Amino acid sequence: MISRRDFLQVGLAASAIVGSSAFGTWGRLSANQALTQDQLLQFKTYGNVSLIHITDIHAQLKPVFFREPSVNLGVGMNKGAVPHITGADFRRLYGIEDGSASHYALSSDDFAALAQSYGRVGGLDRVATVINAIRADRPDALLLDGGDTWHGSYTCYHTQGQDIVNVMNALKPDAMTMHWEFTLGSERLLELVESLPFSVLGQNIFDREWDEPMLEIFPPYKMFERGGVQIAVIGQAFPYLPIANPHWKFPEFSFGIRDENIAAMIDEVRSAGADCVVLLSHNGFDVDKKLASVVPGIDIILSGHTHDALPEPVIIDKTIIVPSGSNGKFVSRIDLDIDSGIVRGYKHKLIPVFSDVIEPDPTVTSLIDAQRAPFNDALSEVIGTTDTMLYRRGNFNGTWDDLICDGILVERDAEIALSPGVRWGTSLIPKQEITREDIWNVTSMTYGETYRVEMTGEFLKVVLEDVADNIFNPDPFLQQGGDMVRTGGLGYHIDVNKSIGERISEMTLLSTGEPIDPHRNYVVAGWASVNEGTEGPQIWDLVENYIREIGVVELEPNYSVKVVV
Amino acid sequence: MQFTRRQTLIAGSGLIAATLLPISAIAASYPDVGVPDDFTGGSPVSSGDITLDTPEIAENGNTVPIRVVAPGAVEIRVYAMGNPLPGVTAVSFGALAASQSTSTRVRLAGTQDVLAIAKMADGSFISTSNQVKVTIGGCGG
Repeated sequence: MISRRDFLQVGLAASAIVGSSAFGTWGRLSANQALTQDQLLQFKTYGNVSLIHITDIHAQLKPVFFREPSVNLGVGMNKGAVPHITGADFRRLYGIEDGSASHYALSSDDFAALAQSYGRVGGLDRVATVINAIRADRPDALLLDGGDTWHGSYTCYHTQGQDIVNVMNALKPDAMTMHWEFTLGSERLLELVESLPFSVLGQNIFDREWDEPMLEIFPPYKMFERGGVQIAVIGQAFPYLPIANPHWKFPEFSFGIRDENIAAMIDEVRSAGADCVVLLSHNGFDVDKKLASVVPGIDIILSGHTHDALPEPVIIDKTIIVPSGSNGKFVSRIDLDIDSGIVRGYKHKLIPVFSDVIEPDPTVTSLIDAQRAPFNDALSEVIGTTDTMLYRRGNFNGTWDDLICDGILVERDAEIALSPGVRWGTSLIPKQEITREDIWNVTSMTYGETYRVEMTGEFLKVVLEDVADNIFNPDPFLQQGGDMVRTGGLGYHIDVNKSIGERISEMTLLSTGEPIDPHRNYVVAGWASVNEGTEGPQIWDLVENYIREIGVVELEPNYSVKVVV
Repeated sequence: MQFTRRQTLIAGSGLIAATLLPISAIAASYPDVGVPDDFTGGSPVSSGDITLDTPEIAENGNTVPIRVVAPGAVEIRVYAMGNPLPGVTAVSFGALAASQSTSTRVRLAGTQDVLAIAKMADGSFISTSNQVKVTIGGCGG
């Protein structure tokens, strides 16, 4: 494995850019040393331009627990490369001390114990404090939101995104791009977009019928004059929205990576005098790495979608790629020294938003409370408690989806349960009460109906193979950035290095221990179908009923997926 | 109008009969496109200045936008190699054509290669192909 020292040298050798990452100052503090806001925010202002990146907030207004994945496999050229390194290997790579603040923030093990010491993360009132501090250093810093902002909570669902729009507007972003926002449906989406005091950028948001860009509503880029230079920010929405999410909710739009169009936009902004090109991207990290290698001329990619948080940027050719985590857990600050069309150097810091350390901004706190006030009783109702840590992230399963699949099997009387491999969803630590809000944080969406159908064993295999190929295809441009569909009542083996049709084997019906018969019909229930007209109870109601019935959640370890790497 | 069971069965058997026709018999009704050998006559095909734009993954396999640009071509043909009838389109360019490019939409039966071949003024052929993935849908992050 590549050592951190080698890694840094590779990064620098491949680039003429001189850069540094100020991660170490908070990274080595251990649990018994007090963290302070000053330590977290400490940054010697550098160069002439500052970028602030936040992404994949999933409408989390308040502080949350969020456990990073313990299993996050890379394939092809990304095998063993960040972010596909987890746990102790990740900490060794970056020189992170076990038990330290950055161990808790950036890796997965001992999460429950460390959560007791370090507390919750995020909260947009704390994020506001971080942003204000950066703006105090550099008043014209650019705040860029990578999208997946208007989705993921009880209040976001019930206000159709208005709560998060109101709070984000108070943070005064300069631009954003999108993914889950489209699942609000075209009409509501456009209504909100037209209300914004900033631009939604997307060079790959096209009119589906004519395959033309929609310049009026979603401009491909915007130029900003900052620090005496011109910064072009090009937007990149999630390329596979119509495949990964229900296209019937936004049928007017087409997406795709459209790398040739990015190249054309770079030419256009450079001709118009851009000194620096920033791609505000919702591609996912591996897609952004490949993009940087095939499209020259991007100085910075602010990378979202796959929820990765890395303490240092990854540099591909001359492009600096900065992933900034999810759920308001991190804010990235990137200072740049830009002169006559050249980025001469950068300074970067991934700022962890420890909610007990960073003071909330009182104006934003009261704005958040106002959004939640009409729903407080519903949000805070206790449905049950958990003895098991509940989290979602991981390539194959997480305890939240184990619980959801158990609930689906019981409540819909099914043999096999399927739960989508989304990467959003906050965590709970053992002995915590489960509120309605917690259930919505892992289930909220505009197509949450829980279907019940019959599928042949053969078709089940096709489904698993198809999803696996969307995650483990060695070509990053064919990856959609989610995790494997979670299965209840069904075990299987997977070899991630094989190709489609050959990855999945040993499919077993767990209730009987018998192999799945390709020709038999199985009763399958699941949620988040992309098909129009799906019928069934909403998943959050189903999970709430199930948790009420069992009272205390206590899950056995899940060994039903065997992974060959 | 209401179908009787008998009429429905007749209609159904008609469909079955149609699908049992040998592919060549159907292809004969599309003489302009055919299969690649019909176009090249077995001549060697090289790479060259020909660009084929396709999505990496089809948003909808029933209508996939494609575009071919081949400066200097006198004819461009496109084939979906995994379809029952591979021929998609054949476009000829006169001497006064301002540009040699074409775009259309194609239905793809599944993940497959789309092949574009251009016949140049000197009678030589150049080609390029892209794989287009057709998926049943996944889960967004």
